[in-house]
Amino acid sequence: MLGQLGEGAKLLAGGQSLIPLLKLRFANPEHLVDLSFISGTSFINDNGSALHFGAMTRHAEIENSALARKIPVLHDCASGIADVQVRNRGTIGGSLAEADPSGDWANALLTLDTTIHCLGPNGTRAIPLKDFIKDAYTTALAHDELVSEVEVKIPPKGSGGAYLAFKRSAPVYPSASAAVQLTLVDDVCQDAAIALGCVGLTSIRATEAEAALRGKRLDDKTIATVAEAARAAADPQPDMRGSAEYKRQLVVALVKSTIAIAARRARGEQVEGTHLYA
Amino acid sequence: MPEATTMEKVAVQVKVNGKTYPREVEPRMLLVEFLREACDLTGTHVGCDTTYCGACTVLLNGLAVKSCTTLAVQADGSEITTVEGLEKDGQLHPIQKAFGEAYGLQCGYCTPGLMLSAHQLLSKNPEPSEEEIRHAIAGNTCRCTGYMNVFKAIQFAGRKMKGD
Repeated sequence: MLGQLGEGAKLLAGGQSLIPLLKLRFANPEHLVDLSFISGTSFINDNGSALHFGAMTRHAEIENSALARKIPVLHDCASGIADVQVRNRGTIGGSLAEADPSGDWANALLTLDTTIHCLGPNGTRAIPLKDFIKDAYTTALAHDELVSEVEVKIPPKGSGGAYLAFKRSAPVYPSASAAVQLTLVDDVCQDAAIALGCVGLTSIRATEAEAALRGKRLDDKTIATVAEAARAAADPQPDMRGSAEYKRQLVVALVKSTIAIAARRARGEQVEGTHLYA
Repeated sequence: MPEATTMEKVAVQVKVNGKTYPREVEPRMLLVEFLREACDLTGTHVGCDTTYCGACTVLLNGLAVKSCTTLAVQADGSEITTVEGLEKDGQLHPIQKAFGEAYGLQCGYCTPGLMLSAHQLLSKNPEPSEEEIRHAIAGNTCRCTGYMNVFKAIQFAGRKMKGD
C-alpha cells in the first residue's frame, strides 16, 4: 500500500508526536495510513535472552508490564514519558520511527543491545538502533518500510541500568536526559554505556565518559570525572527549555544521579527511579 | 480502514456515552471536534490544542486520552466516555459529587478532563496515595484552584465508589 501511495504517504501509529507536528504544519503528508487497524502488532515477549516489543505496543503497556521490569531502564522510560493520556496512545515503534531529538525511547534504548526489526515489500531487515537513527527526524527506514518489532537483549547478571529525564512539567519533552547501563564485578566497573538525550540532533553516546568509568571503582572522584566528560560530549542548543550552559549542567547532575541508581541496581537492589521535575 | 482522499468525507461510527453516532467527517477532524461539533457534546473542552493541558481528556475504550491529539477516524468503532456520560439516571457520578463537595474546582474549565483522568485511576485503584494521584493527573493542568483540593476530591471519590 505504501508502494502505491508513494513518498507522500506517512504512517500513523499512536499519533502523539505526529498529530502535533501536523497541526504545526511541520509535517504535510498527502496520505496518512493508520496502523492501528492491523492486529497482532502490540505484544511483549520474552524469549529468554531478549525482550521483543511489537511496534504498536503502547508506552502504558510497557509501564505496566512485569516482563518489561526485567530491564529497569525500560520501566524508567515508559513510566515517565509525558503523561497518562499520551502513554495510553503513544507507541514504542512510533517513537523510534519519528526519531524526535527529544524523544525518550531512542535515548534509553541506546545503552542496551537494541535491534529494530523493519518490514517492507522485500521482507524484513534487522538494524541495530545506533544505525537506525540517522539524524533528527530521520531513520534508516525506506518510505515503504515500517518498524515491526523492537528487540532488547536482557543485560547479564551484575549489570544495572537507569534512565532519568529532567522535565519542567509532565506533558513537555525533557530538557535533558541520561541513560546509563553498567556492569560491576566486585564493585569495579567492567563495562559502561552512557547516552545523553535532548542535547544534540540525536542521542549522544558519551564514549569518553564511558572510558573514564571502565576498570574503576565508583567513588566520588571517578563519578565527577565521568560527569565532566559527559558535559563535554553534550552539544545542546539554547531554546525555551534553557541555555546551552544550563543544559550542560543538567547533564552533569543527571549522569551522576543515573550512575548512582544504575550501580545500586547492578548490586541487586530494587530502586524506583523515573523522570525528575523542575 | 476508511478510504480517503483529500477533503473527501469518510464514514465513522463511534459509540459515545452508550449512544452510537454514525457521522460523515473529514479525515483530518480531531476527536474533540467530532464530539463538540458532530455530536453536540460540548462538555469536553479545548484548552491548549497542543497536547499539553488535558482539558480535552476523554476515555477511549476505558483509557484516558487527549481528544485533541486523536483523529476522529482513529476512534472509528470504539467507545468513548465524556463528562456527559458520567451521570446515571440524573444522578451525578461519585467523582462529580466529590469534586463539588471537596471544592476541587474554581472556574471548572479543566474539570471534565480531570474527572476522566481520575476515573481511569479510581477504576483500578480506589484508594490512591497522593503520589499515585500526582502520577495519574500529571497531564491535566489547572490554572486557578491548584491541586490540593483536587487530590482530596479524588480520594473522597474513591471512598464513595468503594462504598457504593
